[in-house]
Amino acid sequence: MKTIKIADVELELHESGQGSPVLFLHGAGGFTPQQPFVAPLSAKHRLIAPSHPGFGKSSLPEWLDSIDDIAHIYLELLSMLDLKQLDIIGCSIGGWIAAEIATKVPERVRRLVMVGPVGVKTGSADKLDIPDIFAMPQTDVDKLLYHDPARMVPDTKTMPEEALTAMFRGRETLALLVWEPWMHSTKLKHRLYRVKCPALFMRGASDGLVSERYLKAYAALLPNARTHTIPAAGHVPHLEQPEAFASTVLNFLAA
Amino acid sequence: MRAWHFSETAYPYLPPQDSYPSIRVSLPNRIYDPAKGAALYDRYIDEWLIAEDEGVEIMLNEHHQTATCVDPAAPLMLAALARLSKKARLLILGNPIANRRQPVRVAEEMAMVDVLSHGRLEAGFVRGVPYEILPANSNPVRMNERHWEALDLIVKAWTHHDGPFSFEGRFFHHRSINIWPRCYQQPHPPIWVSTTSTGGAQQVGAHGYIQATFLTGFDTTKRIFDAYRKGWREAGRGNDVPIDRLAYAALIYVGDTEAKARAGAEKLLWYVNSNKVPLHFSNPPGYVPVAMNMQLARGAHNVVSAFGTKQGTVDGAIEAGTMFAGTPDQVLAQIKKHWHHVGGYGQILIMGQAGFLEHDDTVHGIRMFAREVYPQLKELFPGTMPSGVTETSKAAAG
Repeated sequence: MKTIKIADVELELHESGQGSPVLFLHGAGGFTPQQPFVAPLSAKHRLIAPSHPGFGKSSLPEWLDSIDDIAHIYLELLSMLDLKQLDIIGCSIGGWIAAEIATKVPERVRRLVMVGPVGVKTGSADKLDIPDIFAMPQTDVDKLLYHDPARMVPDTKTMPEEALTAMFRGRETLALLVWEPWMHSTKLKHRLYRVKCPALFMRGASDGLVSERYLKAYAALLPNARTHTIPAAGHVPHLEQPEAFASTVLNFLAA
Repeated sequence: MRAWHFSETAYPYLPPQDSYPSIRVSLPNRIYDPAKGAALYDRYIDEWLIAEDEGVEIMLNEHHQTATCVDPAAPLMLAALARLSKKARLLILGNPIANRRQPVRVAEEMAMVDVLSHGRLEAGFVRGVPYEILPANSNPVRMNERHWEALDLIVKAWTHHDGPFSFEGRFFHHRSINIWPRCYQQPHPPIWVSTTSTGGAQQVGAHGYIQATFLTGFDTTKRIFDAYRKGWREAGRGNDVPIDRLAYAALIYVGDTEAKARAGAEKLLWYVNSNKVPLHFSNPPGYVPVAMNMQLARGAHNVVSAFGTKQGTVDGAIEAGTMFAGTPDQVLAQIKKHWHHVGGYGQILIMGQAGFLEHDDTVHGIRMFAREVYPQLKELFPGTMPSGVTETSKAAAG
């Protein structure tokens, strides 16, 4: 992956394929070009996938500590790549970043895909909308993340050095970004009315982090959004059911 | 040498350890009986005052959502002690300022206690153990940066006397700071900082604050003290590091017989052995460096555990230098050995009560230390000597 400089961030950036541009914003697990949805999406579109600051090999400047900060970095990325209009796919916190971008430049977003997105508070004050993954054993987190943990959980004992570094670095950056308020911005829900493009909110049927109720409440904050469920997948349907994910997304973007 | 009696004001009346996953953060407070808790507070305060009568200073600390230390608002206990005690120095070690939202409020609390006690406060500041993160809802990332910014702000609030000043830092923002009362001690009370990392110790040394380290044994303590002395010297504070700048905390129990000392020491181990905390509380993201997490993932021994496995026995803890226990002669020899190994320190923090060490036994330990060990420590290691003078140390050891 190449590196470009935006403000004082050294941003790792992947580009593949040709066609109308799609910005892919990864979740807390990070992005690699080997991920199984990359090929099918690149076959139809120009796929642009950065590693967020503090994830992958992207640098994390001292001042940066919020999802909104990252959204601003990507607004500059759109300008640098001269992308007047594009589609955005955002997974989990990547969905939150996508939503922040869309509220700022709604005219530039043609279609929006939100995959197990976080970023808003929809439920009651006495219950977390998104379970506290930092207050439970990793084995419990894995059950919330995956439909089939036995197949999906990476083996940290044999994982390459680079991937393991990225994993722990990403975990730390995640905490920095989402700690308080937990996994949401108090402002975002009051700004989403501006996002009038067609939007698809999807989740894996077994997602233990983003519930069906949450997804529906989130989608209802946008004037033109619908929801979709991918069977036999958890919080990362793009990794657990890549074919179903890719065909759903491609159909939506082609419509 | 100056000695401090340190009690965590623990609540030991717990169900069997295998019935709960963690003694910290998530243990339901229905287990806490307020009547028993009130009696414990009375007792622990009495023990601090007995230590004072014996010429030992008073130390307390703060933890949250835990049975190991039921002192979640240590400045309140400090305020009570300020009025109940008469002559002892009062050390709070300390204020978890990376977890407190308003450093200026901390400056006010400390100034108030300093005045209440007529200038007996020693103000300590700690980054806080990892399990404090969730109770404080405090971001574990960039804690160190918050800690130092808060401390600088507190010192400025203590030392600025000409009406309001403003502070617009990276983490904290105040438009009008003008604390009342100001400190009794001028320019401010002695400042202590605890750290267990060499990088942290070097920074504390550069500031010239008093460095405390807890249960770090022989080699780790030496590394920390070496780093402090390096920071001190590199900041241009001179070659001699005053010995009162360094403090070591250990589990200490002195008995008049070996059998009595052993029994007391066994009970002190509650502090180590009751500390059942799962990894997701003891290792929040960002608390330790990525490299250390990688070692863990590759199957290293739990490098983030507070205590080594061998410290769970009296002999193991004595060997590790985390416990000094025995008859007066034995304890004196253990402390001397440790003192020389690490380059010397002028403050010894006595973890002298834990779990089911009952009142009479706690008082016995305090008195035996104060009467049979402390006078010799003061004579051997006077507060006027410098720390880290290897040749001097060897000569004294010989």
